[in-house]
Amino acid sequence: MSELAAGRRARSALTTARSSAARPLGRTAARVLGAVGVLWGAATITYAAVYLTPGDPAYAVLGGPDANPTPEALAAVREQYGLDRPWWVQYLAFLGGAVTGDFGESYQRRLPVTTVIAEQAGATVQLAVAAGALAVVLAVVWALLTANRRRAVRGTASVVDLTLASLPGFWLGILLLSVFSYRLGWLPAIGNEGLASLVLPTLTLALPLAAVLAQVVRNVAEETFEQPFVISARARGLSDTAVRLVHVLRHSLISLTTMAGYLVAGLLGGAVITETLYSRQGLGRTLLSAVSTKDMPLVVGLVVLSAAVYVLVNLVVDLLYPLIDPRLGRQA
Amino acid sequence: MTTVLHRPPTAPEPLARRASAANPRRARGGRRRGPGVGVVLALAFLVFLGVAAAWPSLLQTHDPLEITPDLLAPPSAEHWLGTDENGRDTYSRIVGGAREAVLLGFGAVTLSLVGGSLLGVLAGLGNRLVETVVMRFVDIGLAFPEMLLALVVIAVSGRGARNALIAIGIAGIPTFARLVRAQTLTIRRSSYVESARGLGLTERAVVLRHVLPNAVRPVLVLATIGVGTASVAGAGLSFIGLGEAPPAPSWGVMLSTARNFLANSLWGALFPGLAITLLVVSVTVVGRRLQRGTGAAR
Repeated sequence: MSELAAGRRARSALTTARSSAARPLGRTAARVLGAVGVLWGAATITYAAVYLTPGDPAYAVLGGPDANPTPEALAAVREQYGLDRPWWVQYLAFLGGAVTGDFGESYQRRLPVTTVIAEQAGATVQLAVAAGALAVVLAVVWALLTANRRRAVRGTASVVDLTLASLPGFWLGILLLSVFSYRLGWLPAIGNEGLASLVLPTLTLALPLAAVLAQVVRNVAEETFEQPFVISARARGLSDTAVRLVHVLRHSLISLTTMAGYLVAGLLGGAVITETLYSRQGLGRTLLSAVSTKDMPLVVGLVVLSAAVYVLVNLVVDLLYPLIDPRLGRQA
Repeated sequence: MTTVLHRPPTAPEPLARRASAANPRRARGGRRRGPGVGVVLALAFLVFLGVAAAWPSLLQTHDPLEITPDLLAPPSAEHWLGTDENGRDTYSRIVGGAREAVLLGFGAVTLSLVGGSLLGVLAGLGNRLVETVVMRFVDIGLAFPEMLLALVVIAVSGRGARNALIAIGIAGIPTFARLVRAQTLTIRRSSYVESARGLGLTERAVVLRHVLPNAVRPVLVLATIGVGTASVAGAGLSFIGLGEAPPAPSWGVMLSTARNFLANSLWGALFPGLAITLLVVSVTVVGRRLQRGTGAAR
């Protein structure tokens, strides 16, 4: 327990005044343990919240509150899903299953949750990778083009950022649909078929994220222009473009790693709305339908999976950051 | 929804601060005179929304539920922003939807702020055990992307406008708790708190009069910006059918029905989205202005 606590404390060393004097290896182990603990807590809270919901899950299996199942059918379902066992047996079974990647069976699809997830994951990963990559590239290019320029350029850039960052993804998507699918007919409006169907969802997801990232990258880039290594590069006679491409670019990319968690959260949350808007297959739309139909095993499986991805990304960033930027390692 | 603060949670701050202090241009940019055109326009739009939320009939030109034969019409003198698929007046429906957007934005952020402040102050002032327990819960809360946390809450509580508000509010609590705790830790060691103790104030008075207001005030400014993102999240939930239900005039619902008629008309989808975007931009502009004015947090 104290080890866990130390791990969390070390994890937040960057953001709080406290510092940990632990040796690097011990700190890494503590952080990994801390992440595992957080994940366990997240799974437990999700499970508890979902299964303490009033209402008999057996009804959800048999077609929702409007269905009128026989007592025999209810009893059979309770036995089949283990709903008649004491709560702590069910919880332990859930934890044991979760560790081995087994989240039970979807009430609606009547398939193992992991099968449903595996079947839907491909489409979402495709969309998330495309959108994440596009967002990063757009943000870096746009920020480096506009950082440290004349006042008018920076003013315009920040208005563009603010507007794009404020656009609700679903509205942006509707505008894109209207123009590129319905008016011009260039791209399909719905579905998962082929690369063409990926274009609009990717843009919908990527543009607002790119705008937020660009704001951060531009701030860092402008601060980088004042750094001694940039000034010395200038003194050596490097052109402005070379300074931007070599020194500022590298420094900005480093700053972007801190945003990885933000980016992943944005992609995971955005996938729900984007996939719904474009009637795409995927985890986001599956989660929405699971929430709507109270398909609890599927909700729990999807949410725990997302939390795991998110925690893992944050952990990796946390561990990598001092390696990428040695100054932070020394400060912490 | 993580865009609440429009900032990375773990920016390399000491470096950033040192650098910006050495950058004269940025320093000059920070000290502007007068509120500026942007802030005035933003405030004007927010006042308009406030009136629309409080007394919608004052601004409406039609009954937002009145069905007319004039379907999917473009903007005209009769219907300023056109009509929807049932011939209902889009402008009047947008005015009618302002209440949901405003209530949701402010309600959800208030919930996050109150919950987050309680937890944050508790963790900042409590003994080790209290701090450990509270912060572990906050860590666990932060392990969920906010949109997913909101979906879990809705999975448990059911759909509807009120549940959407609660879901978004709860999803924001961990972020605020962490910010308030960081503030509390700094303030607890500040000289004015020590002097207040030295003057013989009771612990309760110190906390209520000095620690709480000073820990929450800087976060309050960030909360203003959060109002915009919370309304977008709420509209998003309505859009995917988990928030406000039709036929109520709700921006998210209007967009989601208009999506089905895109092949015929863009008008129904254009203006509700514009209203949401303007709300977010206005709130952000005003929030940033406040932030600069008070030299607030982070």
